[in-house]
Amino acid sequence: MPDAIPSTEAYLMLSGTLFAVGLVGVIIRRNMITVLMAVELMMNAVNINLVAFSHRFASLEGQAFTIFIITVAAGEAAVGLAIIIQLYRLKSTINVDDARSLNG
Amino acid sequence: MSPALLVFFLVGTVAVAASILVVAMRNPVHSALFLLVTFLCVAILFVMKGAEFVGAVQVLVYAGGIMVLFLFVVMLINVRHLPDERVLSNFWKGGLAVGLAVFILFFTIIRTGVYHDPVASDKALRSTYTYHHRKVQQPDGTVARKLFRRGKVVGNSEAMGMALYTDYLVPFEVASLFLLVAMIGAIVIGKRELSAIEEENVPAYMLERVKTEHEVKEGMSA
Repeated sequence: MPDAIPSTEAYLMLSGTLFAVGLVGVIIRRNMITVLMAVELMMNAVNINLVAFSHRFASLEGQAFTIFIITVAAGEAAVGLAIIIQLYRLKSTINVDDARSLNG
Repeated sequence: MSPALLVFFLVGTVAVAASILVVAMRNPVHSALFLLVTFLCVAILFVMKGAEFVGAVQVLVYAGGIMVLFLFVVMLINVRHLPDERVLSNFWKGGLAVGLAVFILFFTIIRTGVYHDPVASDKALRSTYTYHHRKVQQPDGTVARKLFRRGKVVGNSEAMGMALYTDYLVPFEVASLFLLVAMIGAIVIGKRELSAIEEENVPAYMLERVKTEHEVKEGMSA
Protein backbone atom coordinates (compact mmCIF):
# COMPACT_ATOMS: atom_id res chain seq x y z
CA MET A 1 0.00 0.00 0.00
CA PRO A 2 2.31 2.77 -1.16
CA ASP A 3 -0.27 5.54 -1.14
CA ALA A 4 -1.59 5.17 2.42
CA ILE A 5 -1.24 8.76 3.48
CA PRO A 6 -2.73 9.89 6.81
CA SER A 7 -6.48 10.36 6.77
CA THR A 8 -8.35 13.63 7.02
CA GLU A 9 -9.45 12.72 10.55
CA ALA A 10 -5.85 12.40 11.72
CA TYR A 11 -5.12 15.89 10.38
CA LEU A 12 -8.24 17.29 12.03
CA MET A 13 -7.27 15.80 15.38
CA LEU A 14 -3.75 17.21 15.14
CA SER A 15 -5.09 20.62 14.17
CA GLY A 16 -7.61 20.53 17.03
CA THR A 17 -4.85 19.74 19.49
CA LEU A 18 -2.68 22.59 18.20
CA PHE A 19 -5.64 24.97 18.33
CA ALA A 20 -6.45 24.02 21.92
CA VAL A 21 -2.82 24.45 22.97
CA GLY A 22 -2.73 27.87 21.29
CA LEU A 23 -5.97 28.88 23.00
CA VAL A 24 -4.60 27.87 26.39
CA GLY A 25 -1.47 29.91 25.66
CA VAL A 26 -3.49 32.98 24.71
CA ILE A 27 -5.49 32.80 27.93
CA ILE A 28 -2.96 31.82 30.57
CA ARG A 29 0.24 33.62 29.61
CA ARG A 30 1.05 37.11 30.86
CA ASN A 31 3.90 37.84 28.46
CA MET A 32 2.39 39.59 25.45
CA ILE A 33 4.97 38.23 23.01
CA THR A 34 4.14 34.68 24.02
CA VAL A 35 0.44 35.45 23.63
CA LEU A 36 1.11 36.61 20.07
CA MET A 37 3.06 33.40 19.40
CA ALA A 38 0.08 31.38 20.66
CA VAL A 39 -2.17 33.28 18.25
CA GLU A 40 0.17 32.28 15.40
CA LEU A 41 -0.12 28.69 16.61
CA MET A 42 -3.92 28.85 16.36
CA MET A 43 -3.74 30.29 12.84
CA ASN A 44 -1.44 27.43 11.86
CA ALA A 45 -3.96 24.92 13.19
CA VAL A 46 -6.62 26.48 10.96
CA ASN A 47 -4.24 26.24 8.00
CA ILE A 48 -3.77 22.51 8.64
CA ASN A 49 -7.54 22.05 8.49
CA LEU A 50 -7.83 23.96 5.23
CA VAL A 51 -5.03 22.01 3.57
CA ALA A 52 -6.44 18.68 4.75
CA PHE A 53 -9.88 19.46 3.32
CA SER A 54 -8.34 20.86 0.16
CA HIS A 55 -6.77 17.43 -0.36
CA ARG A 56 -9.96 15.63 0.62
CA PHE A 57 -12.13 17.50 -1.87
CA ALA A 58 -9.37 17.70 -4.51
CA SER A 59 -9.74 21.46 -4.83
CA LEU A 60 -7.24 24.29 -4.69
CA GLU A 61 -9.56 26.63 -2.80
CA GLY A 62 -8.33 25.56 0.61
CA GLN A 63 -4.72 26.15 -0.34
CA ALA A 64 -5.52 29.58 -1.79
CA PHE A 65 -7.21 30.58 1.46
CA THR A 66 -4.22 29.25 3.38
CA ILE A 67 -2.02 31.68 1.46
CA PHE A 68 -4.32 34.55 2.42
CA ILE A 69 -4.35 33.46 6.07
CA ILE A 70 -0.54 33.43 6.07
CA THR A 71 -0.61 36.97 4.63
CA VAL A 72 -2.98 38.15 7.35
CA ALA A 73 -0.85 36.43 10.01
CA ALA A 74 2.23 38.30 8.78
CA GLY A 75 0.45 41.66 8.94
CA GLU A 76 -1.02 40.86 12.32
CA ALA A 77 2.39 39.90 13.73
CA ALA A 78 3.98 43.11 12.42
CA VAL A 79 1.31 45.42 13.85
CA GLY A 80 1.03 43.45 17.10
CA LEU A 81 4.77 43.57 17.71
CA ALA A 82 4.80 47.31 16.97
CA ILE A 83 2.07 47.75 19.58
CA ILE A 84 4.09 45.67 22.06
CA ILE A 85 7.19 47.83 21.48
CA GLN A 86 5.16 51.00 21.99
CA LEU A 87 3.58 49.57 25.15
CA TYR A 88 7.02 48.75 26.50
CA ARG A 89 8.19 52.29 25.79
CA LEU A 90 5.21 53.80 27.57
CA LYS A 91 4.81 51.42 30.51
CA SER A 92 8.13 49.54 30.71
CA THR A 93 6.21 46.28 30.82
CA ILE A 94 4.78 43.78 28.38
CA ASN A 95 2.51 41.98 30.80
CA VAL A 96 -1.02 41.68 29.55
CA ASP A 97 -2.41 42.25 33.03
CA ASP A 98 -0.58 45.57 33.41
CA ALA A 99 -1.99 47.12 30.23
CA ARG A 100 -5.24 48.31 31.72
CA SER A 101 -5.35 52.04 31.03
CA LEU A 102 -8.65 51.65 29.20
CA ASN A 103 -10.14 49.81 32.15
CA GLY A 104 -11.93 52.91 33.46
CA MET B 1 2.03 0.87 9.02
CA SER B 2 3.06 2.62 5.87
CA PRO B 3 6.04 5.01 5.82
CA ALA B 4 3.77 7.98 5.27
CA LEU B 5 1.76 7.21 8.39
CA LEU B 6 4.95 6.70 10.37
CA VAL B 7 6.24 10.10 9.25
CA PHE B 8 2.89 11.66 10.09
CA PHE B 9 2.86 10.32 13.63
CA LEU B 10 6.49 11.28 14.24
CA VAL B 11 6.11 14.80 12.84
CA GLY B 12 2.73 15.29 14.47
CA THR B 13 4.08 14.26 17.87
CA VAL B 14 7.00 16.64 17.52
CA ALA B 15 4.65 19.44 16.44
CA VAL B 16 2.29 18.97 19.39
CA ALA B 17 5.16 18.63 21.89
CA ALA B 18 6.87 21.76 20.54
CA SER B 19 3.60 23.71 20.63
CA ILE B 20 3.08 22.75 24.27
CA LEU B 21 6.62 23.89 25.02
CA VAL B 22 5.92 27.21 23.25
CA VAL B 23 3.22 27.86 25.82
CA ALA B 24 5.15 26.40 28.76
CA MET B 25 8.58 28.01 28.38
CA ARG B 26 9.42 30.94 30.65
CA ASN B 27 11.90 32.58 28.30
CA PRO B 28 10.32 34.09 25.14
CA VAL B 29 13.44 33.19 23.12
CA HIS B 30 12.90 29.51 23.92
CA SER B 31 9.23 29.88 23.04
CA ALA B 32 10.18 31.41 19.68
CA LEU B 33 12.58 28.59 18.87
CA PHE B 34 10.00 25.92 19.71
CA LEU B 35 7.49 27.82 17.60
CA LEU B 36 9.99 27.52 14.75
CA VAL B 37 10.07 23.73 15.24
CA THR B 38 6.26 23.65 15.13
CA PHE B 39 6.16 25.68 11.90
CA LEU B 40 8.66 23.40 10.19
CA CYS B 41 6.72 20.29 11.26
CA VAL B 42 3.49 21.82 9.94
CA ALA B 43 5.27 22.57 6.65
CA ILE B 44 6.13 18.86 6.35
CA LEU B 45 2.48 18.00 7.01
CA PHE B 46 1.41 20.42 4.27
CA VAL B 47 3.72 18.76 1.77
CA MET B 48 2.31 15.35 2.72
CA LYS B 49 -1.17 16.55 1.73
CA GLY B 50 -0.03 17.67 -1.70
CA ALA B 51 0.35 21.36 -0.80
CA GLU B 52 3.98 21.90 -1.77
CA PHE B 53 3.57 25.59 -2.51
CA VAL B 54 1.87 26.29 0.81
CA GLY B 55 4.59 24.32 2.58
CA ALA B 56 7.26 26.45 0.90
CA VAL B 57 5.40 29.64 1.78
CA GLN B 58 5.07 28.39 5.35
CA VAL B 59 8.83 27.94 5.59
CA LEU B 60 9.61 31.26 3.88
CA VAL B 61 7.05 33.51 5.55
CA TYR B 62 6.54 31.92 8.95
CA ALA B 63 9.90 30.35 9.69
CA GLY B 64 11.86 32.97 7.78
CA GLY B 65 9.95 36.20 8.27
CA ILE B 66 7.65 36.12 11.26
CA MET B 67 10.07 34.24 13.51
CA VAL B 68 12.84 36.72 12.76
CA LEU B 69 10.41 39.52 13.63
CA PHE B 70 9.55 37.85 16.93
CA LEU B 71 13.19 37.27 17.83
CA PHE B 72 14.01 40.88 16.90
CA VAL B 73 11.38 42.20 19.27
CA VAL B 74 12.37 39.81 22.05
CA MET B 75 15.98 41.00 21.76
CA LEU B 76 14.94 44.64 21.37
CA ILE B 77 12.87 45.00 24.51
CA ASN B 78 15.00 42.61 26.54
CA VAL B 79 12.71 42.00 29.51
CA ARG B 80 14.52 40.43 32.41
CA HIS B 81 12.37 37.97 34.26
CA LEU B 82 13.09 37.38 37.89
CA PRO B 83 13.36 33.65 38.66
CA ASP B 84 10.37 33.69 40.99
CA GLU B 85 8.21 35.94 38.84
CA ARG B 86 4.77 34.72 37.88
CA VAL B 87 4.46 33.92 34.19
CA LEU B 88 0.86 32.73 34.32
CA SER B 89 -2.14 34.99 34.40
CA ASN B 90 -4.45 35.20 37.40
CA PHE B 91 -7.08 33.04 35.76
CA TRP B 92 -4.79 30.29 34.48
CA LYS B 93 -7.10 27.62 35.91
CA GLY B 94 -9.99 28.95 33.85
CA GLY B 95 -7.73 29.05 30.79
CA LEU B 96 -6.75 25.43 31.20
CA ALA B 97 -10.41 24.49 31.66
CA VAL B 98 -11.40 26.35 28.47
CA GLY B 99 -8.56 24.70 26.54
CA LEU B 100 -9.55 21.26 27.79
CA ALA B 101 -13.19 21.93 26.91
CA VAL B 102 -12.29 23.00 23.37
CA PHE B 103 -10.02 19.97 23.01
CA ILE B 104 -12.81 17.59 24.08
CA LEU B 105 -15.26 19.45 21.83
CA PHE B 106 -13.03 18.96 18.79
CA PHE B 107 -12.52 15.31 19.53
CA THR B 108 -16.23 14.68 19.88
CA ILE B 109 -16.99 16.57 16.66
CA ILE B 110 -14.41 14.66 14.62
CA ARG B 111 -15.91 11.25 14.03
CA THR B 112 -13.69 8.79 12.27
CA GLY B 113 -14.91 7.32 9.04
CA VAL B 114 -17.23 10.19 8.15
CA TYR B 115 -15.04 11.82 5.55
CA HIS B 116 -14.59 8.75 3.33
CA ASP B 117 -11.14 9.51 2.09
CA PRO B 118 -11.00 8.68 -1.58
CA VAL B 119 -8.07 6.91 -3.11
CA ALA B 120 -5.16 9.19 -2.51
CA SER B 121 -4.68 11.16 -5.68
CA ASP B 122 -3.63 14.77 -5.59
CA LYS B 123 -3.80 15.14 -9.36
CA ALA B 124 -6.40 17.90 -9.04
CA LEU B 125 -4.05 19.84 -6.78
CA ARG B 126 -1.39 19.74 -9.47
CA SER B 127 -3.44 20.56 -12.53
CA THR B 128 -4.43 23.81 -14.11
CA TYR B 129 -5.87 24.76 -17.46
CA THR B 130 -4.96 26.78 -20.46
CA TYR B 131 -7.16 28.59 -22.97
CA HIS B 132 -6.78 28.16 -26.66
CA HIS B 133 -8.69 29.08 -29.82
CA ARG B 134 -10.03 26.48 -32.13
CA LYS B 135 -11.81 26.85 -35.46
CA VAL B 136 -15.34 25.52 -35.27
CA GLN B 137 -17.60 24.77 -38.20
CA GLN B 138 -20.86 26.59 -37.60
CA PRO B 139 -24.20 25.08 -38.69
CA ASP B 140 -24.57 27.72 -41.42
CA GLY B 141 -21.26 26.74 -42.98
CA THR B 142 -19.10 29.59 -41.70
CA VAL B 143 -16.00 28.96 -39.61
CA ALA B 144 -15.74 30.72 -36.24
CA ARG B 145 -12.92 30.88 -33.71
CA LYS B 146 -14.02 29.75 -30.27
CA LEU B 147 -12.26 29.74 -26.95
CA PHE B 148 -11.71 26.36 -25.33
CA ARG B 149 -10.34 25.35 -21.97
CA ARG B 150 -7.90 22.51 -21.76
CA GLY B 151 -6.85 20.83 -18.54
CA LYS B 152 -3.16 20.33 -17.98
CA VAL B 153 -1.23 18.53 -15.26
CA VAL B 154 1.65 20.67 -14.04
CA GLY B 155 3.02 21.14 -10.54
CA ASN B 156 1.34 22.38 -7.41
CA SER B 157 3.20 25.69 -7.54
CA GLU B 158 2.14 26.43 -11.10
CA ALA B 159 -1.43 25.42 -10.36
CA MET B 160 -1.47 27.66 -7.29
CA GLY B 161 -0.01 30.56 -9.26
CA MET B 162 -2.63 30.10 -11.93
CA ALA B 163 -5.40 29.99 -9.31
CA LEU B 164 -4.09 33.06 -7.49
CA TYR B 165 -3.81 35.13 -10.66
CA THR B 166 -7.14 34.10 -12.20
CA ASP B 167 -9.82 32.93 -9.78
CA TYR B 168 -8.41 34.78 -6.76
CA LEU B 169 -7.10 37.91 -8.43
CA VAL B 170 -9.24 40.36 -6.45
CA PRO B 171 -8.48 38.79 -3.04
CA PHE B 172 -4.82 38.71 -4.07
CA GLU B 173 -4.81 42.45 -4.78
CA VAL B 174 -6.70 43.12 -1.56
CA ALA B 175 -4.06 41.09 0.29
CA SER B 176 -1.30 43.23 -1.23
CA LEU B 177 -3.15 46.37 -0.15
CA PHE B 178 -3.59 44.84 3.30
CA LEU B 179 0.15 44.24 3.55
CA LEU B 180 0.83 47.85 2.56
CA VAL B 181 -1.57 49.12 5.22
CA ALA B 182 -0.06 46.78 7.82
CA MET B 183 3.45 47.98 6.96
CA ILE B 184 2.49 51.66 7.23
CA GLY B 185 0.60 50.96 10.45
CA ALA B 186 3.52 49.10 12.00
CA ILE B 187 5.90 51.94 11.10
CA VAL B 188 3.57 54.63 12.45
CA ILE B 189 2.83 52.73 15.65
CA GLY B 190 6.42 51.72 16.28
CA LYS B 191 7.86 55.18 15.60
CA ARG B 192 9.43 56.90 18.57
CA GLU B 193 7.80 60.18 19.47
CA LEU B 194 10.40 62.76 20.34
CA SER B 195 7.70 65.05 21.74
CA ALA B 196 6.97 62.46 24.44
CA ILE B 197 9.77 64.02 26.43
CA GLU B 198 7.38 66.73 27.62
CA GLU B 199 4.88 64.23 28.95
CA GLU B 200 4.92 62.73 32.37
CA ASN B 201 5.92 59.20 33.26
CA VAL B 202 8.57 58.93 30.59
CA PRO B 203 10.90 56.01 31.33
CA ALA B 204 14.44 57.01 32.20
CA TYR B 205 16.03 55.07 29.36
CA MET B 206 13.95 57.00 26.87
CA LEU B 207 15.00 60.39 28.22
CA GLU B 208 18.58 59.25 27.93
CA ARG B 209 18.11 58.07 24.38
CA VAL B 210 16.46 61.34 23.33
CA LYS B 211 19.27 63.28 24.99
CA THR B 212 21.99 61.35 23.18
CA GLU B 213 20.06 61.77 19.95
CA HIS B 214 20.06 65.55 20.40
CA GLU B 215 23.74 65.49 21.24
CA VAL B 216 24.52 63.52 18.12
CA LYS B 217 22.49 65.96 16.02
CA GLU B 218 24.26 68.96 17.53
CA GLY B 219 27.61 67.30 17.01
CA MET B 220 26.80 66.72 13.37
CA SER B 221 25.62 70.28 12.72
CA ALA B 222 28.57 71.82 14.57
